[in-house]
Amino acid sequence: MKFKDRIDVDLLLYLAIIVVSAIALVFLDMNKFEYNYAISIIEKSLVYAVVALSMNIVTGFTGLFSLGQAGFMALGAYTTAILTIPANVRPNVYYMNGILPALENAVVPIPVALILGGVVAAVFAALIGIPVLKLKSDYLAIATLGFSEIIRAVIASPMMDKITNGSYGLKSIPGFKSSLECFAYSLVLIIIMILIINSSTGRDFKAIREDEIAARSVGINIFKTKELSFVVSSFFTGVGGGLLAMFMRSIDSKTFSITLTYDILLIVVLGGIGSITGSIVGAFFVTAGKELLRFFDEPFAIAGVEIPLFKPGFRMVIFSILLMVVVLFFRKGLIGGRELSFNEFIMLKKAKKSQDIRKEGKA
Amino acid sequence: MNVTQFFQHSLTGISVGGCYALIAIGYTLVYGILRLINFAHGDIFMVAGYFMIFSFAVLPFPIAILVTLVLTTLLGIGIEKVAYAPLRNAPRMSVMISAIGVSYLLQNLATYLFTAIPQPYPEIPGLKLRIQIGEISTSFVTLITPIITILFVAVLLYLVNKTKIGMAMRAVSRDYEAASLMGIKLNKTISFTFAIGSFLAAVGSILYFTDRSTVFPYSGSLPGLKCFVAAVFGGIGSIPGALVGGFFIGICETIIKAIGLSTFSDAFTFIVLILMLLIKPTGLFGEKNIDKV
Amino acid sequence: MKKFLAVILSLVMALSLVACGGGSKTSAPTTSSGEKVIRIGVFEPQTGENGGGGIQEVYGIRYANKVYNTINIGGEDYKVELYEVDNKSDKTEAVNAAQKLIAGKVSVVLGSYGSGVSIAAGEYFKEAKIPAIGCSCTNPQVTNGNEYYFRTCFLDPFQGTVMSSYCKNHGYSKVAVITQLGDDYSEGLGNFFVKACEQNGIEVVAQEKFQTNEQDFKAILTNIKGKEPQFIFAPSSIATAPLILSQARELGIECQIGGGDTWENGTIIDNAHGAAEGMVVTTFYEANPATATGEEAMFLKGNGMGDTATGFSDYLVKVENQPAVIPAVSALGYDAYLAAFKAMQEAQSTNGEDIREALTHLAFTGVTGDISFNADGDANKNAAYVKEVKDGKFEFKEIVKID
Repeated sequence: MKFKDRIDVDLLLYLAIIVVSAIALVFLDMNKFEYNYAISIIEKSLVYAVVALSMNIVTGFTGLFSLGQAGFMALGAYTTAILTIPANVRPNVYYMNGILPALENAVVPIPVALILGGVVAAVFAALIGIPVLKLKSDYLAIATLGFSEIIRAVIASPMMDKITNGSYGLKSIPGFKSSLECFAYSLVLIIIMILIINSSTGRDFKAIREDEIAARSVGINIFKTKELSFVVSSFFTGVGGGLLAMFMRSIDSKTFSITLTYDILLIVVLGGIGSITGSIVGAFFVTAGKELLRFFDEPFAIAGVEIPLFKPGFRMVIFSILLMVVVLFFRKGLIGGRELSFNEFIMLKKAKKSQDIRKEGKA
Repeated sequence: MNVTQFFQHSLTGISVGGCYALIAIGYTLVYGILRLINFAHGDIFMVAGYFMIFSFAVLPFPIAILVTLVLTTLLGIGIEKVAYAPLRNAPRMSVMISAIGVSYLLQNLATYLFTAIPQPYPEIPGLKLRIQIGEISTSFVTLITPIITILFVAVLLYLVNKTKIGMAMRAVSRDYEAASLMGIKLNKTISFTFAIGSFLAAVGSILYFTDRSTVFPYSGSLPGLKCFVAAVFGGIGSIPGALVGGFFIGICETIIKAIGLSTFSDAFTFIVLILMLLIKPTGLFGEKNIDKV
Repeated sequence: MKKFLAVILSLVMALSLVACGGGSKTSAPTTSSGEKVIRIGVFEPQTGENGGGGIQEVYGIRYANKVYNTINIGGEDYKVELYEVDNKSDKTEAVNAAQKLIAGKVSVVLGSYGSGVSIAAGEYFKEAKIPAIGCSCTNPQVTNGNEYYFRTCFLDPFQGTVMSSYCKNHGYSKVAVITQLGDDYSEGLGNFFVKACEQNGIEVVAQEKFQTNEQDFKAILTNIKGKEPQFIFAPSSIATAPLILSQARELGIECQIGGGDTWENGTIIDNAHGAAEGMVVTTFYEANPATATGEEAMFLKGNGMGDTATGFSDYLVKVENQPAVIPAVSALGYDAYLAAFKAMQEAQSTNGEDIREALTHLAFTGVTGDISFNADGDANKNAAYVKEVKDGKFEFKEIVKID
């Protein structure tokens, strides 16, 4: 009974949010030049939300601390870019070393390119996963980080010049025609991810996170499930990378350094590890926050006295401190390791009580 | 490659390796005790570089070196107290994220305070002296780096194996809870471990930056990662392991660059890590770890 | 409770965002005193990898803004206001920074130091029909296929070719190249240098590459030493230059070492502790107060008013707390501002399309020489200055012309 209520109210709420956002975006799109800054932030947030949620699948829901996001994003982004840059501008883009003849006219529709990007990332993840997923928590983190760096090094290497344009990066990637297009892609991806998380496979993921041995004893194939989680997550990370390429319209290997992984980690942690809504809210919070706090980087004066604190770099310091505060004092992130739910919102007290009980149960 | 080149490369590799070893010890000690990859260690190393620049500007060099060593040691202890100690009973992932957070903070703070422009590292009198041995040309600091490294490792080994606090460190790394039941002061021991790690990072930083003459906010991140790999290679928790690992990574890296594969010099480090973890997860000198459930 | 807070927080953010976007509509055209204002966007890195170089361009632009601070369009006086946005030397950040400029209703954009960010932002400026004038972004891709991007400097191919001509003129027959992997500037210059050397009959004995943030060059330098080149070309960032220089000298490499325009930076000389002695760079500008006339005199000697009274080097010392040495990119920044200013004057409009149109046939004499733009939007320049470090200072060596 309660379960049913919850679904109904929440579903309605989510639908309402989606519809309202879509209408708002249509409005923004119509006044594109008035609101382009806001549109750009929303698009970036949406892309980051997809990637953060995909990281959450493996890190938050399966409990595997993977730091390979940037590498998988690079694979997705490069695949998407290579397959969507209009054929007529390719000689311009590959102005230094030329392009592989086979790729000269290899143009596919954007959705196909995005999916292929995801597939490439997933295939690599499957290969990498076989050895790496045998490792324990922090070793896994550092090994995935290592793979991510290797992928980046290979992309930038002179041997790949005719495919990835090596050091020169790719440009003229077709962007989103409207923010609604970006919204649609992200929405579909996020919904699929939510469905996966809530499916029986998703429950297997969570079982592994909670207790690997118990999960094994109820017949879950640990390795297979971990591998599945890793591959699924990488697929969506790859597609997210493709979206990022479309958002940025020009990419190079430097874009996909460890810093990118850390940015996404920041979103996942601030939003709450293992929370879907957390990742989404976190993506908007961090992306918009970074922009809104720009005034910290500009000289600031109170009553004519310039405050020396305000100079370039200050907002990143604030963000790092914020991350530390969340890690140390709000360990569950902004959303608190669970989901944002309208139902609980109404029954705040009730929910709180049950949370307390749950807590005790855990302890 | 002729003989001169071979020796020149070897010298470079050994010298780089020496610095790596000093940093790797910090990783190994901390991991041994807390089972934590101290992501911020490379950045402590970088901050030590800035400490030296600023203390050298106002103080005579022997005192400046001393000040740098003390400040860096205090920084290490401080970071542990603020960022790791409150998470003693938290899941390992939280502590690790906290470590990444500290690293992020130190880098951003350095960018904010000192800008991204590389700052000149002071020349400590005598260290930059150019030495010519036959065809091989090098500087004094390159020659003494491995010697200083081995010296410090010897002292450290004595400290860990023969003194009381060293015994406490070993006990804590063997079994956290049992050690505290035996009356070992956990926090004190952990602080001491961070102090040693940071102190050695400061020594490494003086040798490393004297040779490279500039410091910038990201100069600690790459060496940091490589040194962690060195620690894993040698067997995390083992001090001689970190020494051997440091030299191994330093020499291999130089060879890779020397044969014209610079593209893959960083990738190589990670391949070593992954191979080592798959073949012998405990590293060269690591003790067999019993998986506690 | 926390969730509640999070929802409210994100709502506030979303709202203020829209407010930001919409607010700029009203805030741009006038100041509080009711004066009409034209905004020029300054799209430069002030932090990150290229923060050091970016800020030097900003100084030149700020100075120019103080010299030319009002413009008369259609019989009305407008105050020219700079709108500075930090692109953090990062492509992802650059997109947002560009959007912020567009939302800020700038009429024209100046910058950026570092071609990658300019390429990333270029598409957006083009879409918003706002012309952009690069100061020192030398990559061909910046203006290629983008009719809204112009630049006041020469290009990578040109710089590589110039360095090769320099080698030819000095009788070097064996040269080596060091480039940074994943860096379009470094690889671009190196590549064109190698191509030009092949044409000039100069043998390239070694081509070594290094990773971003690399600090150990001894291995590749040892290899180069074995090949005994007479010249080493190592176009790269300010951060790597002192490392390459001092490690090369330590290994006993005595030949001349050269870099691109990025190397013309005093910090390299300081950081290399004497190892920079004798290195050469190609650059955009050489300050010569003795012969300066017109715009150059204005830049070097000042206009007798306020902060700009006694010229740019005094301005650097007094206002920006910088050393008195004039970086070439500051001169380019000044020229870019001037190009924007003159184009607006000529177009008698603040509209981006009109300004772009005016830029295509603009011709004037700036600080760095005659400036006009070709069909791609690149400045028509055929000469580069070669400078050499002597006694810890950059000294003019020669002009290299390519026809």
